[in-house]
Amino acid sequence: MSIWVSNETRLLVQGITGNEGEFHAIGCRDYGTQVVAGVTPGKGGQEVQGVPVFDSVAEARAKTECNATMIFVPPPFAADAIMEAAAAGVELIVCITEGIPVNDMLKVKAFMRDFPGSRLVGPNCPGVITPGQAKIGIMPGHIHTPGSVGVVSRSGTLTYEAVWQLSNAGLGQSSCVGIGGDPVNGTNFIDVMTAFAADDDTEGVILIGEIGGSAEEDAARWIRDNYEKPVVGFIAGRTAPPGRRMGHAGAIVSGGEGGAEEKMATMRECGLHVVESPGEMGATMAKALGK
Amino acid sequence: MKIHEYQAKEILRRYGVPTPKSQMTREAAEVPKIAESLGGRCVVKAQIHAGGRGKGGGVKLAKDPAEAGELAEQILGMQLVTHQTGPEGQQVKTLLIEEALDIAHELYLAITLDRETGKPVMMASLQGGMDIEEVAAENPDAIIKQHFDPHLGLLPFQARAVADGLELKGGTSRQAQKLFAALAKAFLDTDASIAEINPLLITGEGDVLALDAKMNFDSNALFRHKDIVEMRDFDEENPLEVRASEYGLNYIKLDGNIACMVNGAGLAMGTMDIIKLYGGDPANFLDVGGSASQEAVKNAFQILVDDPAVKAVLINIFGGIARTDRIARGVVGAIEELGNVSLPVVVRLEGTNVEQGRQILADADFDFIVATDMDDAAKKAVDAAGGA
Repeated sequence: MSIWVSNETRLLVQGITGNEGEFHAIGCRDYGTQVVAGVTPGKGGQEVQGVPVFDSVAEARAKTECNATMIFVPPPFAADAIMEAAAAGVELIVCITEGIPVNDMLKVKAFMRDFPGSRLVGPNCPGVITPGQAKIGIMPGHIHTPGSVGVVSRSGTLTYEAVWQLSNAGLGQSSCVGIGGDPVNGTNFIDVMTAFAADDDTEGVILIGEIGGSAEEDAARWIRDNYEKPVVGFIAGRTAPPGRRMGHAGAIVSGGEGGAEEKMATMRECGLHVVESPGEMGATMAKALGK
Repeated sequence: MKIHEYQAKEILRRYGVPTPKSQMTREAAEVPKIAESLGGRCVVKAQIHAGGRGKGGGVKLAKDPAEAGELAEQILGMQLVTHQTGPEGQQVKTLLIEEALDIAHELYLAITLDRETGKPVMMASLQGGMDIEEVAAENPDAIIKQHFDPHLGLLPFQARAVADGLELKGGTSRQAQKLFAALAKAFLDTDASIAEINPLLITGEGDVLALDAKMNFDSNALFRHKDIVEMRDFDEENPLEVRASEYGLNYIKLDGNIACMVNGAGLAMGTMDIIKLYGGDPANFLDVGGSASQEAVKNAFQILVDDPAVKAVLINIFGGIARTDRIARGVVGAIEELGNVSLPVVVRLEGTNVEQGRQILADADFDFIVATDMDDAAKKAVDAAGGA
């Protein structure tokens, strides 16, 4: 009853010797994730709170059979870290780093076409969690409860908000995926919806979008054609002025594209339960599920 | 990051994009001499970051150096209002004096990133000078599009296709194809997010030049472009936004009177939206960062209360990794440190240790308006600011 992350996950942390990397590696381990290795080039042989550090992802993979990685490498080097993980065959690559140049991500996308066995989530995202089993990311684990509602979102704290509302309404979560706030990312809404659709135990999904691009419209049309369970949708940024980047590099209305009203209208037409207020995500899901 | 027309033309010339002869100045007294050196007849162009300068009266043709001097006197220092500046306009501090060329045709040319395909796309249209958004709305088929590989650049056959679409022939077409390839290289090399030439000029002799130029850059890539960072013009930015960026805060000034302080970009947008939903108007977007440290909260608060339009403050923090009680202490500490805060402050804290957090707010010397959830917070903030 989950997607992508479970108690079978064997996690590598790239950039584990940095402050953030260490803090969140231990945070994941405390939540129950098997954190089996770290990588920082040039620091192989060290240990971080009992986690062995290797010089390369290939070495870490060979010695620990890690099948997922969490990346905390600084922006100028993060694209390289993602490609190294893909080349080493790591199945799930979760990149937390914020601030990677778009051109670097275009390189990553092109490179990863040769490695269809690797999935990138992010960058600039909170990560993926399967409550009660394991988490890969920076989300606060204890606000989650195991259950059957999926959450997918472009934003971090707004995801926590949705999870909190669900948990308080007595609704647990199957898995929660932050796909990140950048204009070019690895996993999109449709990828996550496809995975939730294949998971019998996920009974409904909260989908949280933002202004910018047209990924939400594409997802809404996919849901109309492929998904029968309830989906609650919210789009942040109705009040954002055009041409201004609202924090996330991808959250910008430009060229007459990416406005919140249009996205919400498309989602409604496609049968999603669209909420006007982000305060109503949990209650609306409870109603849609008849709980 | 945005730059001026004259700076964009400087960059494009380095890549081989032809531009009219021109010179930048900040002194009206120098303009007649510059005009003389450009052949007398010239165009005086206000340099501000916003578009629509011509319609706003910031671009004027002078028949001789004396008139150029007079126009420069008029334009320098004026508050130029365009559809992109807002009603208060933007003060003109720099001019570009440019030779006046014989115009046969004006075309549109631009490159931007297409997020859906993950590729840069060159867009061109026969309707130069017009807003591309208007063309796209009225007649989308009139826009010629060529997606190209970011690592190979614009290939010769793609440049030919754009030139053919623009109905260019012979030497003019060949000049244009060279220009297209040069623009694509400039776009990729500089990590631009937009490179726009509007209008692209075809002269009576059939020469092709960039009559205007606009470039925006990916702020995430500026670490590898020191020369572009130096082109930043702080006069073009809101002073509160400049201060916020020095503190590493993500702040955007808006027109309303309810200031917001939120952790996380998505939740910050959501908070603005919910204020509007209850009939209020947000004064800003502000993301204090995931951890919302006392230092960040204090700096953010100072910026919010320095905006004279603000009538109430709404703090909406979801304490995740950072515990709510610690954030509450940060908020109280920041307000005590600032002293004399007289605005109503609505606080909505949620997440870990929320009971202790609310207790800390209740025990503080300052009279916080405590809200229980996002809807409640928005209603209270709208009331505190004087109602919908």
